[in-house]
Amino acid sequence: MSTDIGDVVREVVVVGSGPAGYTAAIYAARADLKPVVYEGSVTAGGALMNTTEVENFPGFVDGVMGPDLMDSMRKQAKRFGAELITDDIVAMDLTGDIKSVTDGSGNVVRAKSVILAMGSAYREIGLENEKRLSGRGVSWCATCDGFFFRDQVIAVVGGGDSAIEEANFLTKFASKVILIHRRDSLRASKIMQERAFNNPKIELLWNTEVIDVLGADKVEGLKLRNTITGEESASAVTGLFVAIGHIPRSELVVGQISLDNEGYVSVEGRSTRTNIAGVFACGDLVDHTYQQAITAAGSGCQAAIDAEKFLSH
Amino acid sequence: MSATIKVTAADFDQLVLKSSKPVLVDFWAEWCGPCRAIAPILDDLAAEHGDKITIAKLNTDEESAIAIKYGVTSIPMLNLYVNGEVVKTIIGAKPKPALLKELEGFI
Repeated sequence: MSTDIGDVVREVVVVGSGPAGYTAAIYAARADLKPVVYEGSVTAGGALMNTTEVENFPGFVDGVMGPDLMDSMRKQAKRFGAELITDDIVAMDLTGDIKSVTDGSGNVVRAKSVILAMGSAYREIGLENEKRLSGRGVSWCATCDGFFFRDQVIAVVGGGDSAIEEANFLTKFASKVILIHRRDSLRASKIMQERAFNNPKIELLWNTEVIDVLGADKVEGLKLRNTITGEESASAVTGLFVAIGHIPRSELVVGQISLDNEGYVSVEGRSTRTNIAGVFACGDLVDHTYQQAITAAGSGCQAAIDAEKFLSH
Repeated sequence: MSATIKVTAADFDQLVLKSSKPVLVDFWAEWCGPCRAIAPILDDLAAEHGDKITIAKLNTDEESAIAIKYGVTSIPMLNLYVNGEVVKTIIGAKPKPALLKELEGFI
Protein backbone atom coordinates (compact mmCIF):
# COMPACT_ATOMS: atom_id res chain seq x y z
CA MET A 1 0.00 0.00 0.00
CA SER A 2 2.72 2.39 -0.95
CA THR A 3 1.72 5.82 -2.05
CA ASP A 4 3.58 8.42 -4.05
CA ILE A 5 3.90 11.78 -2.35
CA GLY A 6 2.33 13.61 -5.25
CA ASP A 7 3.38 12.85 -8.79
CA VAL A 8 6.13 15.42 -8.77
CA VAL A 9 9.71 14.43 -9.23
CA ARG A 10 11.68 16.38 -6.66
CA GLU A 11 15.01 17.96 -7.36
CA VAL A 12 16.75 16.45 -4.36
CA VAL A 13 16.02 14.26 -1.38
CA VAL A 14 18.37 14.22 1.61
CA VAL A 15 18.53 10.99 3.64
CA GLY A 16 19.79 11.65 7.16
CA SER A 17 19.88 14.59 9.50
CA GLY A 18 23.12 15.05 11.38
CA PRO A 19 25.32 18.09 10.72
CA ALA A 20 25.88 16.74 7.17
CA GLY A 21 22.20 16.23 6.32
CA TYR A 22 21.00 19.54 7.78
CA THR A 23 23.83 21.53 6.19
CA ALA A 24 23.08 19.92 2.82
CA ALA A 25 19.43 20.89 3.40
CA ILE A 26 20.33 24.51 4.21
CA TYR A 27 22.42 24.88 1.06
CA ALA A 28 19.98 23.01 -1.18
CA ALA A 29 17.05 25.05 0.15
CA ARG A 30 18.90 28.32 -0.44
CA ALA A 31 19.63 27.12 -3.98
CA ASP A 32 15.86 26.81 -4.40
CA LEU A 33 16.04 23.04 -4.89
CA LYS A 34 13.17 22.55 -2.38
CA PRO A 35 14.80 19.57 -0.66
CA VAL A 36 12.87 16.85 1.11
CA VAL A 37 14.83 15.73 4.16
CA TYR A 38 14.23 12.38 5.80
CA GLU A 39 15.47 12.98 9.33
CA GLY A 40 14.92 9.48 10.75
CA SER A 41 12.13 8.56 13.17
CA VAL A 42 14.33 7.97 16.21
CA THR A 43 17.70 9.10 14.89
CA ALA A 44 16.75 12.67 13.93
CA GLY A 45 19.63 15.02 14.67
CA GLY A 46 22.19 12.24 14.49
CA ALA A 47 24.97 11.30 16.85
CA LEU A 48 25.20 14.74 18.47
CA MET A 49 21.77 14.23 20.04
CA ASN A 50 23.42 11.91 22.56
CA THR A 51 26.30 14.16 23.48
CA THR A 52 26.58 16.91 26.04
CA GLU A 53 28.75 19.92 25.42
CA VAL A 54 30.40 20.46 22.05
CA GLU A 55 33.39 22.73 22.66
CA ASN A 56 35.05 22.74 19.26
CA PHE A 57 32.30 23.82 16.87
CA PRO A 58 33.52 27.19 15.55
CA GLY A 59 31.40 30.19 16.44
CA PHE A 60 30.34 29.01 19.87
CA VAL A 61 32.78 30.70 22.21
CA ASP A 62 31.44 29.01 25.33
CA GLY A 63 30.53 25.71 23.70
CA VAL A 64 27.06 24.49 22.81
CA MET A 65 25.01 21.47 23.83
CA GLY A 66 24.90 18.87 21.02
CA PRO A 67 21.08 18.67 20.91
CA ASP A 68 20.81 22.51 20.89
CA LEU A 69 23.26 22.75 18.00
CA MET A 70 21.24 20.24 16.01
CA ASP A 71 17.99 21.98 16.83
CA SER A 72 19.45 25.24 15.49
CA MET A 73 20.64 23.60 12.27
CA ARG A 74 17.22 22.04 11.83
CA LYS A 75 15.44 25.38 12.26
CA GLN A 76 17.88 27.01 9.86
CA ALA A 77 17.06 24.39 7.20
CA LYS A 78 13.34 24.86 7.83
CA ARG A 79 13.65 28.63 7.61
CA PHE A 80 14.81 28.34 3.99
CA GLY A 81 12.02 25.98 3.07
CA ALA A 82 13.48 22.48 3.46
CA GLU A 83 10.67 19.96 3.90
CA LEU A 84 11.60 17.94 6.99
CA ILE A 85 10.05 14.50 7.48
CA THR A 86 10.58 12.63 10.75
CA ASP A 87 10.53 9.14 9.31
CA ASP A 88 13.04 6.52 8.19
CA ILE A 89 13.95 5.58 4.67
CA VAL A 90 13.61 1.81 4.44
CA ALA A 91 14.40 1.25 0.76
CA MET A 92 16.14 3.15 -2.05
CA ASP A 93 16.40 2.66 -5.77
CA LEU A 94 19.29 4.80 -6.92
CA THR A 95 19.70 3.43 -10.41
CA GLY A 96 18.22 5.30 -13.36
CA ASP A 97 17.71 9.00 -13.95
CA ILE A 98 14.84 9.22 -11.49
CA LYS A 99 15.72 7.81 -8.08
CA SER A 100 13.12 6.69 -5.58
CA VAL A 101 13.16 6.30 -1.83
CA THR A 102 10.51 4.59 0.31
CA ASP A 103 9.81 5.66 3.87
CA GLY A 104 8.68 3.69 6.92
CA SER A 105 5.04 4.61 6.28
CA GLY A 106 5.16 3.29 2.72
CA ASN A 107 5.36 6.67 0.95
CA VAL A 108 7.58 6.87 -2.11
CA VAL A 109 9.46 10.02 -3.04
CA ARG A 110 11.01 10.34 -6.48
CA ALA A 111 13.87 12.71 -7.15
CA LYS A 112 16.48 13.60 -9.72
CA SER A 113 19.21 13.52 -7.13
CA VAL A 114 19.82 11.99 -3.70
CA ILE A 115 22.16 13.15 -0.96
CA LEU A 116 23.11 10.31 1.36
CA ALA A 117 23.87 11.42 4.93
CA MET A 118 22.90 8.40 7.02
CA GLY A 119 25.88 8.80 9.33
CA SER A 120 27.21 6.04 11.49
CA ALA A 121 26.17 3.62 14.20
CA TYR A 122 28.05 2.64 17.35
CA ARG A 123 30.70 0.03 16.85
CA GLU A 124 30.34 -3.03 19.05
CA ILE A 125 33.23 -4.96 20.55
CA GLY A 126 31.71 -8.07 19.01
CA LEU A 127 31.26 -10.27 22.08
CA GLU A 128 28.25 -12.51 22.50
CA ASN A 129 27.71 -11.44 26.11
CA GLU A 130 28.03 -7.78 25.15
CA LYS A 131 24.90 -8.19 23.03
CA ARG A 132 23.11 -10.32 25.62
CA LEU A 133 23.72 -7.79 28.41
CA SER A 134 23.04 -4.77 26.25
CA GLY A 135 20.70 -2.57 28.27
CA ARG A 136 21.57 -4.68 31.32
CA GLY A 137 24.72 -2.78 32.16
CA VAL A 138 26.25 -2.58 28.69
CA SER A 139 25.54 0.84 27.22
CA TRP A 140 26.42 2.99 24.23
CA CYS A 141 24.95 6.22 25.61
CA ALA A 142 26.55 7.77 28.68
CA THR A 143 24.18 10.73 28.68
CA CYS A 144 21.17 8.39 28.70
CA ASP A 145 22.32 5.80 31.19
CA GLY A 146 25.02 7.34 33.41
CA PHE A 147 22.41 8.29 35.99
CA PHE A 148 21.70 4.61 36.77
CA PHE A 149 25.28 3.96 37.91
CA ARG A 150 25.42 6.33 40.86
CA ASP A 151 28.19 5.39 43.33
CA GLN A 152 29.14 2.32 41.29
CA VAL A 153 32.39 1.26 39.67
CA ILE A 154 32.03 1.18 35.90
CA ALA A 155 34.24 0.87 32.84
CA VAL A 156 34.56 2.76 29.58
CA VAL A 157 36.30 1.07 26.67
CA GLY A 158 37.94 3.23 24.02
CA GLY A 159 40.70 5.82 23.58
CA GLY A 160 39.29 8.62 21.44
CA ASP A 161 37.65 11.93 22.30
CA SER A 162 34.23 10.30 22.69
CA ALA A 163 35.55 7.73 25.16
CA ILE A 164 37.20 10.41 27.28
CA GLU A 165 34.14 12.67 27.12
CA GLU A 166 31.98 9.76 28.30
CA ALA A 167 34.42 8.80 31.05
CA ASN A 168 34.53 12.38 32.33
CA PHE A 169 30.75 12.71 32.18
CA LEU A 170 30.27 9.41 34.00
CA THR A 171 32.43 10.52 36.95
CA LYS A 172 29.52 12.81 37.86
CA PHE A 173 27.65 9.66 38.91
CA ALA A 174 30.05 6.75 39.32
CA SER A 175 32.42 6.32 42.26
CA LYS A 176 35.14 5.22 39.84
CA VAL A 177 35.46 4.98 36.07
CA ILE A 178 38.02 2.56 34.65
CA LEU A 179 39.09 3.64 31.17
CA ILE A 180 40.20 0.59 29.21
CA HIS A 181 42.33 1.09 26.11
CA ARG A 182 44.08 -1.40 23.87
CA ARG A 183 47.19 0.71 23.33
CA ASP A 184 49.64 2.58 25.55
CA SER A 185 48.55 6.04 24.44
CA LEU A 186 45.21 7.71 23.73
CA ARG A 187 43.96 8.83 20.34
CA ALA A 188 42.03 11.64 21.97
CA SER A 189 43.01 15.31 21.61
CA LYS A 190 45.56 16.64 24.11
CA ILE A 191 42.99 18.74 26.00
CA MET A 192 40.76 15.69 26.50
CA GLN A 193 43.71 13.52 27.55
CA GLU A 194 44.69 16.06 30.20
CA ARG A 195 41.14 15.94 31.55
CA ALA A 196 41.31 12.18 31.86
CA PHE A 197 44.73 12.28 33.55
CA ASN A 198 43.62 15.01 35.97
CA ASN A 199 40.32 13.43 36.95
CA PRO A 200 40.90 11.59 40.24
CA LYS A 201 37.91 9.31 39.60
CA ILE A 202 39.32 7.98 36.31
CA GLU A 203 41.70 5.06 36.41
CA LEU A 204 43.49 4.23 33.15
CA LEU A 205 44.10 0.66 32.14
CA TRP A 206 46.56 0.62 29.24
CA ASN A 207 47.25 -2.21 26.76
CA THR A 208 44.08 -3.95 27.79
CA GLU A 209 41.16 -5.38 25.88
CA VAL A 210 37.78 -6.62 27.02
CA ILE A 211 37.40 -10.27 26.06
CA ASP A 212 34.18 -11.08 27.89
CA VAL A 213 31.36 -9.45 29.81
CA LEU A 214 30.33 -11.39 32.90
CA GLY A 215 26.97 -11.61 34.64
CA ALA A 216 23.82 -13.75 34.60
CA ASP A 217 21.18 -11.11 33.93
CA LYS A 218 23.14 -7.92 34.54
CA VAL A 219 26.77 -6.88 34.21
CA GLU A 220 28.84 -8.02 37.17
CA GLY A 221 32.33 -7.85 35.76
CA LEU A 222 34.66 -7.97 32.80
CA LYS A 223 37.25 -10.44 31.65
CA LEU A 224 40.30 -8.55 30.43
CA ARG A 225 43.46 -9.44 28.55
CA ASN A 226 46.73 -7.58 28.46
CA THR A 227 47.52 -6.99 24.77
CA ILE A 228 51.27 -7.29 25.35
CA THR A 229 51.70 -10.10 27.88
CA GLY A 230 48.49 -11.93 27.07
CA GLU A 231 47.80 -12.15 30.78
CA GLU A 232 44.09 -12.42 31.65
CA SER A 233 42.37 -10.80 34.61
CA ALA A 234 38.91 -9.95 35.88
CA SER A 235 37.47 -6.61 36.92
CA ALA A 236 34.34 -6.20 39.02
CA VAL A 237 32.24 -3.48 37.41
CA THR A 238 28.48 -3.04 37.14
CA GLY A 239 28.50 -1.10 33.90
CA LEU A 240 30.37 -1.11 30.60
CA PHE A 241 30.18 1.87 28.26
CA VAL A 242 31.43 1.08 24.77
CA ALA A 243 33.02 4.00 22.90
CA ILE A 244 35.27 2.38 20.32
CA GLY A 245 34.15 4.31 17.29
CA HIS A 246 31.50 3.97 14.65
CA ILE A 247 30.53 2.00 11.59
CA PRO A 248 28.94 3.64 8.53
CA ARG A 249 25.18 3.15 8.09
CA SER A 250 25.44 2.09 4.48
CA GLU A 251 23.30 -1.07 4.67
CA LEU A 252 20.51 0.39 2.50
CA VAL A 253 22.81 1.10 -0.42
CA VAL A 254 24.93 -2.06 -0.36
CA GLY A 255 24.98 -3.52 -3.86
CA GLN A 256 23.80 -0.27 -5.43
CA ILE A 257 26.77 2.05 -5.04
CA SER A 258 30.48 1.55 -4.47
CA LEU A 259 31.59 1.12 -0.89
CA ASP A 260 35.12 0.66 0.40
CA ASN A 261 36.10 -2.49 2.25
CA GLU A 262 34.97 -1.02 5.59
CA GLY A 263 31.52 -0.16 4.26
CA TYR A 264 32.03 3.59 3.78
CA VAL A 265 30.53 5.06 0.63
CA SER A 266 33.27 5.80 -1.90
CA VAL A 267 33.35 9.27 -3.42
CA GLU A 268 35.30 10.71 -6.30
CA GLY A 269 38.37 12.68 -5.20
CA ARG A 270 37.55 15.67 -3.04
CA SER A 271 33.94 15.75 -4.27
CA THR A 272 30.86 14.03 -2.80
CA ARG A 273 30.02 12.25 -6.08
CA THR A 274 29.43 8.52 -5.78
CA ASN A 275 29.77 6.14 -8.73
CA ILE A 276 26.12 6.75 -9.66
CA ALA A 277 25.29 10.03 -11.40
CA GLY A 278 23.01 12.14 -9.23
CA VAL A 279 23.84 10.37 -5.97
CA PHE A 280 26.03 12.22 -3.49
CA ALA A 281 27.30 11.18 -0.08
CA CYS A 282 28.58 13.15 2.89
CA GLY A 283 29.29 13.11 6.62
CA ASP A 284 30.28 10.07 8.67
CA LEU A 285 28.95 7.83 5.90
CA VAL A 286 32.02 8.62 3.80
CA ASP A 287 34.56 9.74 6.39
CA HIS A 288 36.69 7.27 8.29
CA THR A 289 39.32 9.82 9.15
CA TYR A 290 37.94 13.00 10.71
CA GLN A 291 34.39 12.28 11.92
CA GLN A 292 33.82 15.71 13.41
CA ALA A 293 30.62 17.77 13.46
CA ILE A 294 32.38 20.52 11.52
CA THR A 295 33.81 18.22 8.83
CA ALA A 296 30.41 16.55 8.44
CA ALA A 297 28.77 19.96 8.05
CA GLY A 298 31.44 20.94 5.51
CA SER A 299 30.86 17.85 3.41
CA GLY A 300 27.08 18.36 3.60
CA CYS A 301 27.64 21.79 2.07
CA GLN A 302 29.77 20.22 -0.67
CA ALA A 303 27.10 17.63 -1.41
CA ALA A 304 24.42 20.30 -1.90
CA ILE A 305 26.71 22.29 -4.20
CA ASP A 306 27.63 19.13 -6.17
CA ALA A 307 23.94 18.26 -6.48
CA GLU A 308 23.07 21.76 -7.64
CA LYS A 309 25.79 21.59 -10.29
CA PHE A 310 24.55 18.19 -11.44
CA LEU A 311 20.94 19.39 -11.68
CA SER A 312 21.82 22.48 -13.69
CA HIS A 313 23.33 20.38 -16.49
CA MET B 1 -8.54 8.21 20.89
CA SER B 2 -6.51 7.55 24.01
CA ALA B 3 -3.47 9.37 25.28
CA THR B 4 -0.49 8.13 27.24
CA ILE B 5 -0.88 8.19 31.02
CA LYS B 6 1.67 9.22 33.60
CA VAL B 7 2.35 6.69 36.35
CA THR B 8 4.10 7.15 39.68
CA ALA B 9 5.01 4.97 42.66
CA ALA B 10 1.65 5.86 44.22
CA ASP B 11 -0.48 4.49 41.40
CA PHE B 12 1.83 1.95 39.73
CA ASP B 13 0.12 -0.96 41.45
CA GLN B 14 -3.36 0.19 40.48
CA LEU B 15 -2.71 1.45 36.96
CA VAL B 16 -0.10 -1.03 35.80
CA LEU B 17 0.03 -4.23 37.84
CA LYS B 18 -3.74 -4.55 38.37
CA SER B 19 -4.77 -3.35 34.94
CA SER B 20 -7.11 -5.59 32.99
CA LYS B 21 -5.42 -4.51 29.76
CA PRO B 22 -1.75 -5.00 28.87
CA VAL B 23 0.27 -1.93 29.87
CA LEU B 24 3.41 -0.76 28.10
CA VAL B 25 5.46 1.33 30.53
CA ASP B 26 8.01 3.73 29.06
CA PHE B 27 10.86 4.32 31.53
CA TRP B 28 12.23 7.67 30.43
CA ALA B 29 13.94 10.88 31.54
CA GLU B 30 14.08 14.48 30.36
CA TRP B 31 17.83 14.37 29.69
CA CYS B 32 17.66 11.29 27.46
CA GLY B 33 17.66 12.22 23.75
CA PRO B 34 16.38 8.88 22.41
CA CYS B 35 13.53 9.02 24.99
CA ARG B 36 12.39 12.32 23.53
CA ALA B 37 12.72 10.85 20.04
CA ILE B 38 10.26 8.03 20.73
CA ALA B 39 7.73 10.13 22.66
CA PRO B 40 5.65 11.01 19.56
CA ILE B 41 5.67 7.35 18.48
CA LEU B 42 4.25 6.33 21.87
CA ASP B 43 1.59 9.05 21.55
CA ASP B 44 0.65 7.50 18.19
CA LEU B 45 0.46 4.01 19.67
CA ALA B 46 -1.82 5.25 22.45
CA ALA B 47 -4.07 7.03 19.96
CA GLU B 48 -4.25 4.11 17.54
CA HIS B 49 -4.26 1.10 19.86
CA GLY B 50 -5.49 2.51 23.17
CA ASP B 51 -8.48 0.18 23.13
CA LYS B 52 -6.21 -2.85 23.52
CA ILE B 53 -3.17 -1.55 25.35
CA THR B 54 -2.43 1.24 27.83
CA ILE B 55 0.71 3.26 27.16
CA ALA B 56 2.13 4.62 30.42
CA LYS B 57 5.13 6.84 31.08
CA LEU B 58 7.28 6.61 34.17
CA ASN B 59 9.84 9.35 34.80
CA THR B 60 12.91 7.55 36.15
CA ASP B 61 14.24 10.80 37.61
CA GLU B 62 11.19 11.26 39.81
CA GLU B 63 10.45 7.58 40.43
CA SER B 64 13.88 6.04 40.81
CA ALA B 65 12.67 3.38 43.29
CA ILE B 66 10.50 1.69 40.65
CA ALA B 67 13.25 2.04 38.05
CA ILE B 68 15.66 0.30 40.41
CA LYS B 69 13.09 -2.37 41.26
CA TYR B 70 12.75 -3.29 37.59
CA GLY B 71 16.51 -3.17 37.02
CA VAL B 72 16.54 -0.25 34.62
CA THR B 73 20.08 0.64 33.52
CA SER B 74 19.36 1.88 30.00
CA ILE B 75 16.64 4.18 28.78
CA PRO B 76 14.41 4.36 26.95
CA MET B 77 13.24 0.98 28.24
CA LEU B 78 9.73 -0.29 27.56
CA ASN B 79 8.31 -3.01 29.80
CA LEU B 80 5.10 -4.75 28.79
CA TYR B 81 3.02 -5.83 31.79
CA VAL B 82 0.28 -8.42 31.49
CA ASN B 83 -1.55 -9.40 34.69
CA GLY B 84 1.17 -7.77 36.76
CA GLU B 85 4.03 -9.67 35.12
CA VAL B 86 6.68 -8.31 32.77
CA VAL B 87 6.22 -10.31 29.58
CA LYS B 88 8.48 -8.28 27.33
CA THR B 89 11.28 -5.74 27.62
CA ILE B 90 12.26 -3.49 24.73
CA ILE B 91 15.44 -1.51 25.22
CA GLY B 92 16.50 1.47 23.13
CA ALA B 93 14.68 3.77 20.72
CA LYS B 94 13.01 1.86 17.89
CA PRO B 95 11.03 3.13 14.88
CA LYS B 96 7.27 2.67 14.93
CA PRO B 97 7.10 -0.36 12.57
CA ALA B 98 9.67 -2.17 14.76
CA LEU B 99 7.67 -1.38 17.92
CA LEU B 100 4.44 -2.58 16.30
CA LYS B 101 6.17 -5.82 15.42
CA GLU B 102 7.37 -6.23 19.02
CA LEU B 103 3.82 -5.68 20.25
CA GLU B 104 2.22 -8.13 17.82
CA GLY B 105 -0.28 -10.32 19.64
CA PHE B 106 -1.03 -7.60 22.21
CA ILE B 107 -2.58 -4.96 19.96
